[in-house]
Amino acid sequence: MNNSHKIIHWFKYASPQSFYPLAGKLIPWFWALAAVFAGIGLWITFFAAPTDAQQGEGYRIIFIHVPAAWMSMFIYMVMAAWAGLGLALNTRLSGMMAQALAPTGAIMAFLSLWTGALWGKPMWGAWWVWDARLTSALILFFLYIGFIALQAAIDDPRRADKAGAILALVGVVNVPIIYFSVKWWNTLHQGASVSLMKAPTMAATMLWGMLIMSLAFWMYSIAVALTRVRAIILEREAHTEWVKELAEVKGVTP
Amino acid sequence: MNWESPAAFFAMGGYALYVWGSFGACAILLIMEPMLAVKRRTSILRSLRRERLAETLENP
Amino acid sequence: MSAIIAIIRRDLLLAMRRKSEVLTALFFFIIVVSLFPLGIGPETALLRKIAPGILWVAALLATMLGLSRLFAPDHADGTLEQMVLSPTPLGLLITGKIVAHWLTTGLPLVLLAPVLGIQFDLDTGALGILVIALLLGTPLLSLIGAIGAALTLGVRGGGVLLSLLVLPLYVPTLIFGAGAMEAHIAGLGAGGHLSLLAALLALAVFFAPWATTAALRIALE
Repeated sequence: MNNSHKIIHWFKYASPQSFYPLAGKLIPWFWALAAVFAGIGLWITFFAAPTDAQQGEGYRIIFIHVPAAWMSMFIYMVMAAWAGLGLALNTRLSGMMAQALAPTGAIMAFLSLWTGALWGKPMWGAWWVWDARLTSALILFFLYIGFIALQAAIDDPRRADKAGAILALVGVVNVPIIYFSVKWWNTLHQGASVSLMKAPTMAATMLWGMLIMSLAFWMYSIAVALTRVRAIILEREAHTEWVKELAEVKGVTP
Repeated sequence: MNWESPAAFFAMGGYALYVWGSFGACAILLIMEPMLAVKRRTSILRSLRRERLAETLENP
Repeated sequence: MSAIIAIIRRDLLLAMRRKSEVLTALFFFIIVVSLFPLGIGPETALLRKIAPGILWVAALLATMLGLSRLFAPDHADGTLEQMVLSPTPLGLLITGKIVAHWLTTGLPLVLLAPVLGIQFDLDTGALGILVIALLLGTPLLSLIGAIGAALTLGVRGGGVLLSLLVLPLYVPTLIFGAGAMEAHIAGLGAGGHLSLLAALLALAVFFAPWATTAALRIALE
């Protein structure tokens, strides 16, 4: 009895109508956390972390490269989870969340490629190396672009959500296979290459820096995804009563 | 402290292009993205408000 | 089972009536493969080295060509809706359609590839590996491609979108398929690559028709 009550309570937030104000309340907190973590992270990046013996100052790029790469993978998994939830339970919000996450994930994937290239030029002597990580990051970027393009091409939002969900699930099954195949291909062709992460002595400060920067990226992603999902909710629910009754629509200054 | 002068900080030990290229791109994208998201919401809100105004004018 | 065979027979008959579509994909494959030596030069050592990659990429693109027409004609004339309503599970019928797609686009590529391989100065052993790899790989392309075809059914700009969705998913097939030949040429033995390709095929046979069916139901809603 009590349990079922709780479930109903949870489902309450799965409706766009109640999630919209909740997200609005949460967003400033996530922005604040993101700013605090970014501040500490940047301080470690530039001031606390010592110069690397082999890579000089150039290694400081990894403090944003690694978090961006992690987030690009993590967001894809979260997106697929929302998508799967949407297919299984037929909740409206899930599809909107998946749609809101995709651009952020694509930006993270792009940043990991961009910073990887800028790190690779001084370290490897080339902007682009067909390294297993870089190559699978590139394919992950393509997967995001495909997801966004598919959703943009379908006019009916419900169909766009479901089609996107299937694509995301197919993608999430394929991501490990792609990573494994690219790695296999890489070892066949050029042997193990220098890895970004394989710094021989990863000092504790570096680890902390990377961790805190990852937290900053994580909080940022949540904040921006919630901001975007609020816009998506309004667009999709534009003709419902509750949207018309919102203070910001009525024009009453809250 | 790592840096002897602000100039040394900006020079990044000769890696200025790469380090600032990375951090710059990161900063630009991560500032642009939330701005676009906020703009998306304000523009839908504006059109919703206009619709509402039109409705109230039609049936006062 | 008889339903699958009936679907395959029907699609093959239709393909026979529209021979040009099948032949277009086939000639596309031949022309693309033949263009590379013209662009790169006739050095046999170099050609032998790039042959696996070129043959596989051309095969990938050739299977893409027919993909957007996999469900579109049936969608247009209402056959697809009949299939959804029929008592036979939709998954079986879709599997039949995928098999027919492979028979009309994949199998001809498999048969033609060794002839094109001769253009690249490949020896008999390498040609054998090429045929086996294509035999395992092209059904995989049809299966994965069917998911994309179902997702983009009736969608604006479907053709280009389809390639955007499907080509990244073809990467493992390309790597293991071309890799099998390269490993053989390098004297490493192609067994590992071929068994991985077979494993992927088994996985796709299991999941792809299911995902395609789900995507088609969404498209028809």
